[in-house]
Amino acid sequence: MDWFPLINSLRIAAISTGIVLVLGVFAAYEASKLPRAVKGILDAVLTIPLVLPPTVVGFLLLLLLGPRRPLGAWFLEHFQLRLTMTWWSSIFATAVVIFPLLYRTARGAFADFDETLASSARTLGLSNTWIFWRLRLPLCRFGILAGTVLAFARALGEYGATSMVSGYTPGRTATISTTVYQLWRTNDEALAFRWVCVNLAISAAVLLAVNLLERKPRPGRGR
Amino acid sequence: MALVVDIEKQLALFPLQVQFEAKEGMLALLGASGCGKSMTLQCIAGIQKPDRGYIALDGRVLFDSKRHINLPPQQRRVGFLLQQGALFPNFTVRQNIACGVRDKGKRKAVTDALLQQVHLEAVADKYPGAISGGEQQRAALARVLANEPEVLLLDEPFSALDTHLRFQLEQLVRESVRQLNRPAVLVSHNRDEAFRLADHLAVLYRGHLEALGEKHAVFQDPRTVNGARLTGCKNISPVERIDSRHVRALDWGLDLEVSGETAGITHVGIRMHDIRPAPDDAQAPNTFLCKTVEEVENPFSITILLQPEQCKTMKTIGMELPKDQWCPRPSCRVQLPPEAILLLRDSEDRAITHQRGDRSQ
Repeated sequence: MDWFPLINSLRIAAISTGIVLVLGVFAAYEASKLPRAVKGILDAVLTIPLVLPPTVVGFLLLLLLGPRRPLGAWFLEHFQLRLTMTWWSSIFATAVVIFPLLYRTARGAFADFDETLASSARTLGLSNTWIFWRLRLPLCRFGILAGTVLAFARALGEYGATSMVSGYTPGRTATISTTVYQLWRTNDEALAFRWVCVNLAISAAVLLAVNLLERKPRPGRGR
Repeated sequence: MALVVDIEKQLALFPLQVQFEAKEGMLALLGASGCGKSMTLQCIAGIQKPDRGYIALDGRVLFDSKRHINLPPQQRRVGFLLQQGALFPNFTVRQNIACGVRDKGKRKAVTDALLQQVHLEAVADKYPGAISGGEQQRAALARVLANEPEVLLLDEPFSALDTHLRFQLEQLVRESVRQLNRPAVLVSHNRDEAFRLADHLAVLYRGHLEALGEKHAVFQDPRTVNGARLTGCKNISPVERIDSRHVRALDWGLDLEVSGETAGITHVGIRMHDIRPAPDDAQAPNTFLCKTVEEVENPFSITILLQPEQCKTMKTIGMELPKDQWCPRPSCRVQLPPEAILLLRDSEDRAITHQRGDRSQ
């Protein structure tokens, strides 16, 4: 059995989750400071990829990144770089699809944060940067971590947008999900079933991890 | 050394409009919940922004809407102690206190000294979630003191504590304020606590100050119905003026002699412990025969609810006596001494009253 699809899926999921972790937490933090009305609109805009069919996301990405589209053409001209049909093209696809998952959970975690802690810290002369890194992030870490694991799991399972942006080339852009589809199409049920089992095992492990994170008690908060 | 506050802010239900000056020692803002007292502290600390006004500390401007000055909390040097302490849950007690120390070189020495001062050495390496409420408040106080604040703001710091813990922490706060020798503002709805800790009192009602002055003066003459209630006066009745020294208390049906000018007075009040039983043949002013409606026993005193004979309403007057000075009887002659009767104005007239030249401006 050729393990390339597993390695490819894992690296795409890991990199896109890493990027989205930074972007999602940053966006959630900035959004939490906005007035309520603006926040509502921003929430809707940033959550749209969650409810769009992945094929629509893929379509929109191709409109942007395709070799004859604005961004794609620019990269091709200046860097001789094709943004689509490579293994890392899938990172764009999965990142867009999983962004709302992280943004939403991080927003929820920040909303639960006790603002009197930040107020006290400010009156003690501690900077907003200090408050973010030493109070807000550590105290919201379980929520953010749960969101990260969930996003990673979703990234592993991404099919629609990925297949449109990266296509399916065995040994180059194949992921677990595109491989399963391809094997089913070519009637190789036995091999497809093995990949399904691999996928099930990973998903189960990830969801167990989420459960453990959610059950973990938060550090004492005072009474 | 003084904190000068003169701010306005529109709140949901009423405008907040306060003006006061706090010198060394403690000023207590006494008010019911939701009267704007916590908001006032938050404006001083820079956590909330007033719509208009001016806040200065020793001449250093913290906020001035005219000059568009609004220092961030970090630069105000304000020690803010909250009801729940707001200790950082992911830091130990020692680390929490160390967070407050400005001079990093002295961090360890200052932290150790403060841990000793608030008697927390034993739990220094525990997290806030693992210590008691009283210990949490002591740690929070130590953290504030570590910061060497130029003014101390105390937002109901004792209200989450049991009585005996409260007393201990009060003592610690009193000592700390004395040592610090800086202005301190306490926000409270508890008149006993405010009286014990503060030198000056301000009574806040629906966003405006109704009385401001030395604490004894405010308790002796709370000026408004609301001030009287907040300073713990339980017997209050609307009045009709008879002449310059007499009023008719409508709730009790009593004509009372009073010791001050009655013009403009809408209510009178008398504290429960100022009413005393009088001998049957007494000729003293304001002596009345009353029915005993009910006796309520307190731990160390007894409260007798009385109804004057002339009374047409169901309203009663409460009298509080030491237990040994009362034996149950169906009726009783009591005296309401004229000098103990508080002359009050309705709280609605919104006049800001400054008492006994305490304000220097």
